[in-house]
Amino acid sequence: MELTLWTYEGPPHVGAMRVASSMKDIHYVLHAPQGDTYADLLFTMIERRGKRPPVTYTTFQARDLGGDTAELVKRNITEAVERFKPKTLLVGESCTAELIQDQPGALAKGMGFDIPIVNLELPAYSKKENWGASETFYQIIRTLLKDKVNEIEKINPKRWKSLGRRPKVNILGPTLLGFRCRDDVIEIQRILSEQGIDTNVVAPLGSTPDDISRLTDADINICLYQEIAETSCEWLKRNYGMEYTTTIPIGIKNTINFINEVHEKLDLPLSNQEELEHKSKLPWYSKSVDSNYLTGKRVFIFGDGTHAIAAAKIAKEELGFEVVGLGTYSREMARQIRATAKDMNIEALITNNYLEVEDAMKKASPELVLGTQMERHSAKRLGIPCAVISTPMHVQDVPARYSPQMGWEGANVIFDDWVHPLMMGLEEHLIDMFKHDFEFVDGHQSHLGHTATTVKNDINSEEKENINKGGIIWTESGRAELTKVPFFVRGKVKTNTEKYAKSKGIPEISDETLYDAKAFFN
Amino acid sequence: MISLMSKVEFNKETGPREVFCGLTSIVWLHRRMPDAFFLVVGSRTCAHLIQSAAGVMIFAEPRFGTAILEEKDLAGLADAHEELDRVVNDLIARRPEIKTLFLVGSCPSEVIKLDLGTVAEKLNTRFLGQVRFVNYSGSGIETTFTQGEDGALKALVPLMESSDDEKLLLVGTLANNVEDRFKKIFNNIGINNVESFPPRQSTELPKIGKNTKVLLTQPYLSDTVRDLEHRGCEIVYAPFPLGVEGSTKWFLAAADAFKIPELKVHEVIAPLANRARQALEKHTEILRGKKLFLLPESQLEISLARFLHNECEMDLVEVGTPYLNKDLMEEELNLLPDETKIVEGQHVEKQLDRVRASNPDLVVCGMGLANPLEAEGISTKWSIEMVFSPIHGIDQAADLAGLFSRPLKRNQILTSKTLATH
Repeated sequence: MELTLWTYEGPPHVGAMRVASSMKDIHYVLHAPQGDTYADLLFTMIERRGKRPPVTYTTFQARDLGGDTAELVKRNITEAVERFKPKTLLVGESCTAELIQDQPGALAKGMGFDIPIVNLELPAYSKKENWGASETFYQIIRTLLKDKVNEIEKINPKRWKSLGRRPKVNILGPTLLGFRCRDDVIEIQRILSEQGIDTNVVAPLGSTPDDISRLTDADINICLYQEIAETSCEWLKRNYGMEYTTTIPIGIKNTINFINEVHEKLDLPLSNQEELEHKSKLPWYSKSVDSNYLTGKRVFIFGDGTHAIAAAKIAKEELGFEVVGLGTYSREMARQIRATAKDMNIEALITNNYLEVEDAMKKASPELVLGTQMERHSAKRLGIPCAVISTPMHVQDVPARYSPQMGWEGANVIFDDWVHPLMMGLEEHLIDMFKHDFEFVDGHQSHLGHTATTVKNDINSEEKENINKGGIIWTESGRAELTKVPFFVRGKVKTNTEKYAKSKGIPEISDETLYDAKAFFN
Repeated sequence: MISLMSKVEFNKETGPREVFCGLTSIVWLHRRMPDAFFLVVGSRTCAHLIQSAAGVMIFAEPRFGTAILEEKDLAGLADAHEELDRVVNDLIARRPEIKTLFLVGSCPSEVIKLDLGTVAEKLNTRFLGQVRFVNYSGSGIETTFTQGEDGALKALVPLMESSDDEKLLLVGTLANNVEDRFKKIFNNIGINNVESFPPRQSTELPKIGKNTKVLLTQPYLSDTVRDLEHRGCEIVYAPFPLGVEGSTKWFLAAADAFKIPELKVHEVIAPLANRARQALEKHTEILRGKKLFLLPESQLEISLARFLHNECEMDLVEVGTPYLNKDLMEEELNLLPDETKIVEGQHVEKQLDRVRASNPDLVVCGMGLANPLEAEGISTKWSIEMVFSPIHGIDQAADLAGLFSRPLKRNQILTSKTLATH
């Protein structure tokens, strides 16, 4: 039993719903009680979908449990097939139905329908949402393609040459309620078509069961989100020999690496390598003098595996930040996160407990947090600027404008989204220069500053009390000097000075102590 | 009375539903009693449901949580009880300010027959004088949405001490400002001893007895009412205090129970009612003659239908309700127009077919259905807003009407603009 106040991921059947709702001509009969219908609102409210998820909930009640719940399942399956006429039917159960063991998938298969039926067994007491999405996508592919395995010879990624056509790829992994998936797909398709590469199928997002059946027309697979598509890509490789890419095209370096990987796999010469550097504004923006002030900014990163790893690399290598914390709630990707953290000489945080994340954030005292919506709230409480980089989804993560994370435009979006919450480079410098001018009032900060707490000029009585509690007293001169420190670093300077004073056994902090501490920490 | 009721058309429907379960009511109950904690014993789905319904990311550390069952908890119930013990100990160590801890059963805990009653009993002995434990079920196999509050209140009834003092007890969660307002109006009418259940502090439960007159503020409290009756309380039957009409009759019923003349009530209420009717007028202008379809969810549907028809002149196509207690709803049903179609239960697909076929101007429905209906060109109002907004009482009548006129007004604005650009 695990005490959970808030969870990053839903149960695995919500992952299955993400896949089903992303697709067309598919229906999901879910053996579940009425309360489970809440999951519809994730799609209709957060994604603002104008369509109900294609899900029929059997909504069994306590009084049904004494009787024949299996009959109830069958009735719902019959009605759903008649009403929605799906080309493929998914059948599964949520946590409660798993306990009563009606085996709805097996029931459905015995009902004599002439459509493919995918039996989803998603253990609700040990697995979570992303795993459920991955497993569902894999089961759909396996159900629709397993009979063809022996009919087709292994797919050679270079076969497009002998077939006399442009190379073709599948883009696998984007789903509804995935972070900026909608726009990532457009960006990646744009990049590929620039290179003369066609898209065969994008799935699950926007695909039909017929599309799944023709996945094997492509030469290779693009695994866009490991959490969702890796299992499927592996299966297609094992059974059809289809190669798949492992580079996630987030950030300039990895977008270039991705393009190179695709070209290598397809044995397609890359003619515009030189041009690639200039496709995005991020490299120049990062190099421009204004960005000098970004150097060494301490950044704390937490999110799903894919986006957290990508963020760490961009932060360190493309923006010149210092990564002081890295973690994920995706246990499936813990190994990779640990490896990335090790490269950066920090220890990875693998947890599903947001309070632990908040504690780690506090300890790391970052200047920028890159996290989920929950870290945005934690950071707000701590007065630290934050940008959101990962699911779980919030209505704000489905912007009206084109706003990918991947590819060239994705890099532009990332530069803006991460840098704007910080004190803007030169602006920070100017505020520091002019801080003694009478026009300057505390609380004036970058228009995009998300700092929650306004630090007052004077140290208030509560603070004085705290100071006394710790046995350290700020003298008049010390306090006067502290007010001259720009407000956005004042808290940090105060803490550091006290820490210094304590360690040196200094009972009173004067202006000189403050400068001693400054020199010490520099 | 019964013969009067027959003018309303009753239907029952079964099938797939689209409603919340009783756990959802934790969202408003925990706000009402800031010294209480609600611990759901359930699955990750339960945790996800509450946070999704509540949009709880705004809280640093909410006063509700889920003890998520894991595979090893399912293997042996003895272990599950021990595990729950451990979780509760951790929780109390972390949140020592908690005075009452609700152990809330869920679908999975009910199916595996986890005995939360026994657990609560043991914990009560151990934490005597520090924390009080009560248990109830918010499971979706037994309860729908607001019925969760019924379960929570019912669980508190045995803890209420006895007293023969004469008092008016308002039962059902109210917004604090509405509660204050009601108390003031009752005082003006001449009823001075007015208490609320649930109280603002879980430890300050009202005392009850044979001179307690119970007046419901919410229609979904069947089980609580039954237990209060067993404790000797007198139940005052009335329409619910939504709109001017409902609220007036509600005040009158209370006054009658206290033998206060009707005239006195009218004297106090008349100016408020006049003011409220004026405020209602601008909403009625928009709502008049518009066709309304209510899907089942909160059990407030019948009272809302009565208000929107009688005071805002809307036409009722169908009034859905997840559950109908004819005794508690009798006064409301009597106020409905002839041949109102009431449907208890749901087959969501068939009901949506009827929605489309009847081409209503406004549909009251859950959040899962709202945008899809809007995309089909049907205006909607989410029912969950009724349990989060202060809508009770005469002073709130116009605000309540506003919840329904706003989507229609918005449609008018957007449509005329679109036309202008074409």
